[in-house]
Amino acid sequence: MATQHSRSAARLMMAPAVILLLGWMLVPLIMTLMFSFKKYLPLRGGDLGWVGFENYVRFVSSSSFWPSVMATLIIVGGVLLITVVFGVLLALLLNQPMWGQGIVRILVIAPFFVMPTVSALVWKNMFMDPVNGLFAHLWRFFGATPIEWLSQASLQSIVMIVSWQWLPFATLILLTAIQSLDSEQLEAAEMDGAPPLKRFGYIILPHLGRAITVVVLIQTIFLLAVFAEIFVTTGGAFGTRTLTYLIYQRVLESQNVGLGSAGGVYAIILANIVAIFLMRAVGKNLDE
Amino acid sequence: MGQIKLNQVTKSFGDVEVIPPLDLTIEDGEFTVFVGPSGCGKSTLLRLIAGLEDISSGHIDINGSDATNVPPAKRGLAMVFQSYALYPHMSVRKNIAFPMRMAGIDEAEQNRRIEAAAKALNLTDYLERRPGQLSGGQRQRVAIGRAIVREPAAFLFDEPLSNLDAALRVGMRLEISELHKRLETTMIYVTHDQVEAMTMADKIVVLRAGVIEQVGSPLDLYHAPRNEFVAGFIGSPKMNLIKGAEAEKHGASTIGIRPEHTDVSMTDGMWKGRVGVAEHLGSDTFIHVHDTGLGDMITVRITGDIQAKHGDTIYLTPQLDKLHKFDANGLRAG
Repeated sequence: MATQHSRSAARLMMAPAVILLLGWMLVPLIMTLMFSFKKYLPLRGGDLGWVGFENYVRFVSSSSFWPSVMATLIIVGGVLLITVVFGVLLALLLNQPMWGQGIVRILVIAPFFVMPTVSALVWKNMFMDPVNGLFAHLWRFFGATPIEWLSQASLQSIVMIVSWQWLPFATLILLTAIQSLDSEQLEAAEMDGAPPLKRFGYIILPHLGRAITVVVLIQTIFLLAVFAEIFVTTGGAFGTRTLTYLIYQRVLESQNVGLGSAGGVYAIILANIVAIFLMRAVGKNLDE
Repeated sequence: MGQIKLNQVTKSFGDVEVIPPLDLTIEDGEFTVFVGPSGCGKSTLLRLIAGLEDISSGHIDINGSDATNVPPAKRGLAMVFQSYALYPHMSVRKNIAFPMRMAGIDEAEQNRRIEAAAKALNLTDYLERRPGQLSGGQRQRVAIGRAIVREPAAFLFDEPLSNLDAALRVGMRLEISELHKRLETTMIYVTHDQVEAMTMADKIVVLRAGVIEQVGSPLDLYHAPRNEFVAGFIGSPKMNLIKGAEAEKHGASTIGIRPEHTDVSMTDGMWKGRVGVAEHLGSDTFIHVHDTGLGDMITVRITGDIQAKHGDTIYLTPQLDKLHKFDANGLRAG
């Protein structure tokens, strides 16, 4: 029970943290908003005054806008699909009792601890290099012409790299969810005459529904901001320019802070739309 | 039809033999209760019959045909689990329909059976609810409903009432007995509660460490326990078992007398003791008597009430014709 006195003391105590957090978020947000209404070219005259919505119009009407939205959606969608499907399968597999379970589980989770830049470079140079990469050797072993991964199948390659990074996360969450399934339910379904595939479809998958929503929600937030993997592999070429990457290019490569800021505001709006949909989906799932 | 016959069935987990060779026949339509202290292998035995565990050796015959290697779904048995094991994301209707859907029974027949089961189990108003919105007793009935609609050769109950409170347990006990009388289907019921065993069973199988100690009707077990273990396990309060000189007077290694077969007097009797705790239940009084010189505390049961205070001297006289005698191996003598 909090008295009036202890409540106001608590507010006072929390104030520094709240103010710091608010400042941390609000200052960059307000600066982005402010720049987005300005013509601001740091190397070509600096702050050239207010321009209204011109930056917003230019960002959307640019020929690279819609392709970048498409690239973003393909990467997010592709990675989500792969990590959820393989995450469920891997979780089912890892849930089986086996020798060396602890070590296997640590190994499966290991990719998550590798920094995005490092893992993308490892993939680029060790696996996808068209001359010396492991894939190239494999292709040649079977007499095929090696694929130039990052130029011929650039989006797929990025999806592959990012999926490899996020698969452990999905697996881990789904594994804990599978472990919480009451084994008597599976036995009841077995006695009720459900073969393994139907037990999966009717019992295990619905049980995982909540965990899958959580995985999708968290991953979407992070995947919308994928950057390092593109930066060190294709540098945004070959159709891998996502919205995030486009904003980066506008601000740093074209040195147009105003235009980039307008793109940033679009990205905030997009992320919030996605978040609203996901929160509603999760909320519905969590209610049950 | 639902005769189940176990022939030299054994079960080992690794090196540990949980069930040594065991023979048992459960007749068609019989209500059989497996009872024993926890860890006696009664649930394992039920799971062997269900097919959820493989037996290590021996045979299981269901309806006269060998079912040893038949998968659980094909044995024609329905099981009610201790946790009910309802499917939480399905409505009650879908839960009950699940086994029929898996068997590919047509929709009209499914609905007919669901309605019938719901009516019999008082679930008609709850068919569209999720298990999470039901009380413990209702969940229990849904689990039974899911078993009934399959029209199985036998029902298997694995401690189905242990998660319910005492009042509900008595009610459900009656409902299950009622159901058995109506369906006349074989039922096998596992419990550690000897009251459930006594009140429901046609035949009780008392198990200890995987070994059958005695098979018989509730009254057989009550009146003629085959050994000290059964004598102590069946009946509430427990039978008083007395060893030593007093037992030798009756020509036995151990004698047993049930609390309800002991006469009590405040003035004279065979054994003299001191009143400990008296439990007044209204209809009965249980008196725990100490310092009788017979070893352990003796419990007696008196119909009605008695004015006995803590520390009073009391005299006990066993009804000699109700005395149980056991030899040095703990087996019934005479």
